[in-house]
Amino acid sequence: MTLMINQLDYLKETASQTAGPYVHIGLAPKQAGFDIFEKNFSNVLAGPKTQGDRITIEGRVVDGSGTPLRDVLIELWQANAAGKYNHPADRQDKAIDATFRGWGRACSDFETGVWSFETIKPGAVEGRGGRAMAPHVSLWIVARGINIGLHTRMYFSDEAAANAADPVLNLIEWEVRRATLIGQREDRAGKVVYRFDVHLQGLQETVFFDI
Amino acid sequence: MARDDSLVEYCQRDRTVHPPAFAPAYKTSVLRSPRNSLISLQNSLSEITGPVFSQDELGPLDHDLILNYAKGGMPIGERIVVHGYVLDEFRRPVPDALVEVWQANAGGRYRHKKDTYIAPIDPNFGGCGRVLTDRDGHYVYRTIRPGPYPWRNSVNDWRPAHIHYSISGAGWVQRLITQMYFEGDPLITQCPIVRTIPGEAAVRQLIAVLDRNAAVPLDSLAYRFDIVLRGARATWFENRVQGQPSMQRE
Repeated sequence: MTLMINQLDYLKETASQTAGPYVHIGLAPKQAGFDIFEKNFSNVLAGPKTQGDRITIEGRVVDGSGTPLRDVLIELWQANAAGKYNHPADRQDKAIDATFRGWGRACSDFETGVWSFETIKPGAVEGRGGRAMAPHVSLWIVARGINIGLHTRMYFSDEAAANAADPVLNLIEWEVRRATLIGQREDRAGKVVYRFDVHLQGLQETVFFDI
Repeated sequence: MARDDSLVEYCQRDRTVHPPAFAPAYKTSVLRSPRNSLISLQNSLSEITGPVFSQDELGPLDHDLILNYAKGGMPIGERIVVHGYVLDEFRRPVPDALVEVWQANAGGRYRHKKDTYIAPIDPNFGGCGRVLTDRDGHYVYRTIRPGPYPWRNSVNDWRPAHIHYSISGAGWVQRLITQMYFEGDPLITQCPIVRTIPGEAAVRQLIAVLDRNAAVPLDSLAYRFDIVLRGARATWFENRVQGQPSMQRE
């Protein structure tokens, strides 16, 4: 007798496919070279009334030959200045900032490969088991040649003590690789910029997460 | 059973349905694929939350690619309606998911600075649209069936006709980009990008099915394409995302 086992009827997640070279058409049509939607998503997260310290996050995504990707699209998700996500699943006892969704989308420049976000520095968010996570932003990277979106985080170089205690950074066995997740603060004419280059391969390969 | 979304986390991603990062037959993936293992993270608030979108951010024609870039005429090509449901792995609808689509025109040409294919731009076709799913997870848009086109991988590689999809669900972990293909297209099984996907069932899931019941008689054919995102599961016991009572469910 061959015994047939009942199957769970769960569905399988739809397979990912590359965003391709023309991702801008759908997600950032102005960058593709035309104007179609009345309201566009952008790389500017902070409005004039948003609470918090204004910062710029900028960088490049670099391939295994050292060449910057000029067709990459990055999304950023973060908490507000108080460390609260603008989402119903965040039940921390902190206030939402109605002027701050905490999400943006940026494309690299077709010539230089540089992308940037205009935002505010996030506060610390409670992690699993009530352990505080150091301030960070989540990044999601797609492009031609990337078969499934890459998840990473950027932490802040001026939060050394919080970073040293961060449960996620500490999960990375190779201490040398933790440094790939730290955005480096630069002060440029009164503007605070965190520089964050993402390396897809090589000795400096950025840590990517399976989340 | 009502679900309390604040206590939800997501099932681990089943990577066997997805293409690996390094898939050398798709040449561009070679230098753009990480070589280290991904570091596995249990969900924290940073992963179970995500951007929330609302209807008032979208324009009335954003889901009508036949009219949303029309400049005094209509685009050339086969008129189609595309619809389906965004569900999670437990077959639950994902409402308010942002579905963004983009595609080539009927001749296989993209409206993009970097596309130099010989087929002409269609003056009445932009090639992008977006729609939020309704409370049942349903979405619908209208467009022109895109054409296949050649691309530089091997010298004679052709993309099957396809529509690109970007889906933002309820949580950051559900973020997905993929492509929809059309039933009956012989180019599908020959395509190096399709072939990055390891299993036949996962490829079949990317092929939209002709749906005569949803056609608009004497106007447009219809295709059905359902999308499955990561499953949101309740946390019954330990290891909950936050320090909340874990049995707080109805």
